[in-house]
Amino acid sequence: MTKAGWIRTAVLVGAVGALELACRTGAIPKTMVIAPSAMVVALVETLRSDEIGMHLRHTLSAVAVAMSLSIVGGFVIGFVLNWIPLLRRAFSPFLAAYYAIPHFAFYPLLIVIFGLGPLPLIVLATLFAMVAMILATMAGLDRVPRVLLKTASIHRLSLVEEIWHIRLPAAAPHILSGLKLAVAYSFIGVIAGEFILSTSGIGHEIAYAYDNFDNPRMYALILFVLGIVTTFNMAVFAWERRMLRRRGA
Amino acid sequence: MNAGAARLAAVQDGAPRKIHARLEGVTRVYPPRAGHAEVHALGPISLDLNAGEFFSVVGPSGCGKSTLLDVLAGLALPSAGEVEFEGKPVRGEVPEGVGVVFQEDATFPWLTVEDNVAFGLRRAGVEAGEIRRRIDFAIGFMGLRDFRRAYPSQLSGGMRQRVCIARTLVLQPRLILLDEPFGALDQQTRLLMGDELLRLWRETSATVLLITHALDEANLLSDRIGVMSARPGRFIEIVETGWPRDRDSRLAERPDFGAVTSRLWSYLRGESLRAMGQGQSVS
Repeated sequence: MTKAGWIRTAVLVGAVGALELACRTGAIPKTMVIAPSAMVVALVETLRSDEIGMHLRHTLSAVAVAMSLSIVGGFVIGFVLNWIPLLRRAFSPFLAAYYAIPHFAFYPLLIVIFGLGPLPLIVLATLFAMVAMILATMAGLDRVPRVLLKTASIHRLSLVEEIWHIRLPAAAPHILSGLKLAVAYSFIGVIAGEFILSTSGIGHEIAYAYDNFDNPRMYALILFVLGIVTTFNMAVFAWERRMLRRRGA
Repeated sequence: MNAGAARLAAVQDGAPRKIHARLEGVTRVYPPRAGHAEVHALGPISLDLNAGEFFSVVGPSGCGKSTLLDVLAGLALPSAGEVEFEGKPVRGEVPEGVGVVFQEDATFPWLTVEDNVAFGLRRAGVEAGEIRRRIDFAIGFMGLRDFRRAYPSQLSGGMRQRVCIARTLVLQPRLILLDEPFGALDQQTRLLMGDELLRLWRETSATVLLITHALDEANLLSDRIGVMSARPGRFIEIVETGWPRDRDSRLAERPDFGAVTSRLWSYLRGESLRAMGQGQSVS
C-alpha cells in the first residue's frame, strides 16, 4: 500500500473505532447512533429476514434507467449544442444556472403528473444527472485541439470519420468524467426521491425505518446504500483509469 | 524582386525545372468581426515550387507564413488568386500527395506510436501487409523502433514530432509542408532533426516547403529561401543558397555559410521592425 493509502486507512479505521467506542461507552446514546458493529449485525439480519431484495431491485432498476437516459441523452444534447453555436448561445444560461435549482422541490409535481411509481423517480434522477453529462460533453468537444482537426483534414477524413476517429477519442477524458457524475447523480436522484415519497425502494425503507424509530434497520440500510454506491463508483473509476492510464492522464 | 523575377530566378541556372506547386496572386483577407477591423493577412503573393526542391519561408512574426502554408495545403481558401498542385487547382481540400507537419503536437494521445503512424494508411484502406511494410520503414527511418508500443505521453517533444513526421512519411507525400515543425524543440534537437529532414528529403525526392523563423535553419536546409515582408506578407526576396544536395548540419562550418544568413537578416531586419510596430494581433 502507498503512504497515502496508509493514511487513508488509518483515518477511516480511527473514525469507525472512535464511533464504536463512543457508542459502547454510552457517550453517544443509542437513540442517536448505534455502534458500527451493531449496524453490521443489523444489516446481516435485514438482508436475511425480509423482502429487501424487492426494494433493491426497484431502486437499482430505476437507477439503471435514469443512468442510461442521462448518459445517452446528455451526450446527444451536448453534442448538438456544441455543433450548433446558435442553440448553444440560446441555452447556455440555463445550463450555467441549472444546478442552482432545488430539483427535489419539483418532485411532488412529478408525482402529480406521473403518478406514484418508478416513473417520477426516473424523471427526477434523469433531470438531475443529464445536465452534468451535457456540460462534460460540451467541455470535451470544445477542447479538441485545432491541430488535430487540421490533421483530420490532411488525412482527408469525411465528417463522420473525423467525429469518430478524432473528436470523440480526443474528448473522451472529459466525457468519461461526465459519465462518472451522471452515475453518481442517478443514484442520488432515485434514492432521495424514494426517501421523500415512494411505496418501495431502499430510500423508502430508510425513511420508513426512520419514521418508526427503528434505528438498527435505518443504519443498516444506510450502510448498505453506502456499500452499493461505493462499489459501483469504484468499478467505474477503475474502468476509467484503465482507459486513460496510457495517455498520461 | 517581384513574383515574375522570382520565377525567372528559378529558371536562370540551366533548363526550366518542372513546377510542382504554384501560388498565383494569392491573398487572404479575414473579414471584419465584432470589434475587429478587416485584416489583410497575406499577399498578393506568387510562388512556383520546383519539383524536388527544398524551399523555406522566413518572415517577421504575424506576416502570414502559416496562412501561406494553409492556403497551399488546401486547409484554407484564398480570398483571391489561384493555387495549383501538380497542375490541378487546390480548392479547400487537401489534395492526395500532400503531407503537412505542424509545430503543435499533433500526435493522437489515445494511440500507440505504431497506430499513430499507421493512422492514415488504415483510413485509406491500404492492405495490411503494405501497411506493415511502410510503418516498419517509417518507424525505423525516424529512429522510433524502441517506442513502437509507447503512447505519446511517454515521449519527449522531439520524439512526438518524429511520430508526426513518420505519420506523414508513410503516406509517401510528393509535397511535404512543414509549419515550424521544430519551433518547440531545443537547439540541439533542432539541428539533429534538421539533418533527418534533409535525409528524408534526399531519399524520398519529395518537394519540401518549410516555414521557419530561424534564419540559420532556413539557410542550412534550403535550396531557396523566400523572405517575406511584414503583414500583409509578400516575398521581398528569394535567396538561392547553392548548397550541394548532399548536405547536413556541418554545412554551418563553411566560411560562406554565415554570409547567406547575414544576407537574409539584412532583408528581414527592417520588416521585423515594422512588424513589431504593427503589433502582433494576427497569428
